[in-house]
Amino acid sequence: MNSTPLVDGHAHGDGHRHPAHQFETMEQQKETSTLGMWLFLVTEIMFFGGLFTAYVIYRHMYPDAFAAASSTLDVKWGGINTAVLICSSLTMALAIRSAQVNWRKGILIFLSLTMLLGLTFLGIKAIEYRAKFVERHVPGDVLNEPFHFELENHHEAAVAQAQDPLYPRHAEIFFALYFIMTGVHATHMIIGILILAVLWHFSRKGKFDSEYYNPLEMTGLYWHFVDIVWIFLFPLLYLLGAHTH
Amino acid sequence: MDTIAARAPVTTTAETSFERPNYLNSSYGWKSWLLTLDHKRIAILYLISVTAFFALGGIFAGLVRLELLTPEGDLMGPDTYNRVFTMHGVIMVFFFLIPAIPAVLGNFLVPLMVGAKDLAMPRLNLASWYVYNLGGLFTLWAVVHGGVDTGWTFYTPFSTTYSNTYVIPTALGIFITGFSTIFTALNFIITIHRMRAPGLSWFRLPLFIWSTYATSLIIMLGTPVIAITILLVGIERGFHIGIFDPRLGGDPVLFEHMFWFYSHPAVYIMILPAMGVVSELVGHFARKKVFGYRIVAFASVAIAVLGFLVWGHHLFVAGESVYSATVFSVLSMLVAVPSAVKVFNWTATLYEGSISYQTPMLYALGFIGLFTIGGLTGVMVATLGIDVHVHDTYFVVAHFHYVMVGGTIMAYLGGLHYWWPKMTGRLYSTFLSRLSALLVFVGFNLTFFPQFILGYLGMPRRYWSYPPEFQVLNVLSTAGATVLGVGYLLPICYFGWSLRYGAKSGNNPWGAVSLEWDTPSPPPTENFYTTPVVTHGPYEYLAEDVHNRLTQEANFE
Repeated sequence: MNSTPLVDGHAHGDGHRHPAHQFETMEQQKETSTLGMWLFLVTEIMFFGGLFTAYVIYRHMYPDAFAAASSTLDVKWGGINTAVLICSSLTMALAIRSAQVNWRKGILIFLSLTMLLGLTFLGIKAIEYRAKFVERHVPGDVLNEPFHFELENHHEAAVAQAQDPLYPRHAEIFFALYFIMTGVHATHMIIGILILAVLWHFSRKGKFDSEYYNPLEMTGLYWHFVDIVWIFLFPLLYLLGAHTH
Repeated sequence: MDTIAARAPVTTTAETSFERPNYLNSSYGWKSWLLTLDHKRIAILYLISVTAFFALGGIFAGLVRLELLTPEGDLMGPDTYNRVFTMHGVIMVFFFLIPAIPAVLGNFLVPLMVGAKDLAMPRLNLASWYVYNLGGLFTLWAVVHGGVDTGWTFYTPFSTTYSNTYVIPTALGIFITGFSTIFTALNFIITIHRMRAPGLSWFRLPLFIWSTYATSLIIMLGTPVIAITILLVGIERGFHIGIFDPRLGGDPVLFEHMFWFYSHPAVYIMILPAMGVVSELVGHFARKKVFGYRIVAFASVAIAVLGFLVWGHHLFVAGESVYSATVFSVLSMLVAVPSAVKVFNWTATLYEGSISYQTPMLYALGFIGLFTIGGLTGVMVATLGIDVHVHDTYFVVAHFHYVMVGGTIMAYLGGLHYWWPKMTGRLYSTFLSRLSALLVFVGFNLTFFPQFILGYLGMPRRYWSYPPEFQVLNVLSTAGATVLGVGYLLPICYFGWSLRYGAKSGNNPWGAVSLEWDTPSPPPTENFYTTPVVTHGPYEYLAEDVHNRLTQEANFE
């Protein structure tokens, strides 16, 4: 992450900000870190890209099992979480706006709200994970009990059985990808919240104002990126089986 | 005339510059090294780590060659042999070949060549060294506890289900080290984009910068994919969740696709910086602007782009459809075009050049010859019909060693010899260094050329024993490996010797005109006393320069 400008954009006694030693101007420093952040996001896209590729291939191989498995996810919680994340993107943007208009208290308020919404998301995710654990929809040998998947509706089960005799097995792959994809995403959320906490600390010390708020902006890019990943995950994982209801 | 004026300080300040502190003596103590933010010191730290891993990988290579001296398993059984060649591959690929040129020479040279005070993110740069070593520790832990036997490719389902060795710690080590590569690449790209000195336009950049830039692009786009792939292998192995396990509906070939999506471009991560080094060496030791500079620069980018479209040629015999195999075959051959452009342009640069056969140039010329063989056999194995026969034989082993060892390591050593006076301000033994270049070239060919024949005759790779009729060629190969080992040990000895006893090199022992020589050797911590203003390209030698070089060379001898 961009720790460099965090500490280096310091104000000296004369009240002017000086760039870190390797830069000539503050503008050059800002441009450089912005480019660096976008490049970092490119690597993130490739990282998630690998997962999405695996998902697309298995969904193509086992469409019915995936649809059946997807229908057991709770669209309500997923939808609420989508809304929560979109709101958190708004509060993140407002935190940056507060810096731009020199409203230092606003930075603190909106950073806190963003963290709160991020934690809300994780809380809801935990509820959903718990449900999956109770239903034994946990693949592999993570639990002591083996993975178990059965459609409640007998008709649907018969149809699925006819289309894909091994569908519980293939549903296991769906849940493997579900846990890995949402787990990697949640890890990104946790890292994001930790960075926000550090920024909150610096904001309290009055590090950021309309002249210098680059770390806020860079973290904002990261936060929006993590949101966008969820915007793709939600329909791929939750809405896939919606048509079976 | 202004170009002369711009270069004038190099010769005039030669004696006085040592009065001002340089990056080596500006501060002392282990803390000043382990907590340094100076890209030059970080490059030295990397040099030490990378050399250690090279030595370790070399020991494993020696064990492989020793075992193959005889047809029977005299030295080790199949299980041990599997571990030995796997550790050789893992360490050499992930801990030496990929980081070697970018992290050592690149770290040292990129800011100097673009006229910057440091890389854009010095803390990230230091972090990359620590992350590299952390990843290395995980892998070393696995080595100490018995190693891995999957081959460096970790093919599933063997790596996820059947192997009883330390797959997860090794994979974790590679996963972690991947981040260090990404940090370095990110630093390079933003530094090259945003921190060039005034007047340093894109087409005044040294070709090493162009190739480093192209390499960094591959690293940024490829490494995250191997990261997630390795993560999936780890999870699959740990929890048996069936992503790559056919018994659970998974697809092991998907792993091969995801693995090679990174690992084939990784070959270009290894060779592109080497090509950049050779472009520098050829230009400077022929005293000529590199022929077709722009084409050579764009060839690097073309290799980076094409490199992402050819991974399927590793799956010709893995059940890939004949149509995709054909497409991958054609695309793979296309990579030969920019590669050949480079080889031809280096050769054209030599034409009517004022060539001096200093040690770095010997390595560069060796590179051109060996890379040409490696590249041409690459076209052979890209051909479907041939690959079906030589797949998984020593032919492939010889091919990629010609590119990776004959290419990358030759260029790395050539670069080290060329920039050693820049890094340390010291000269090394001319005789010993020329001897080592010769030993490496001869030893290399003796090691790997017989392997082409062995492979063509059908000796499969990754076996601990072989039919007795293959023994003569295997003995030749092992003898060559011994010569090669001596050739690699020599530089370690005389480089180490030069640190204390080597003659002072002066600022510019080669009389080169590119920007990195336009400051004292070793450079001051801030690289340049004043921000340089660049008025010419990196290889614009004038008749006077050639004359200067002749006089300087006389001194050097």
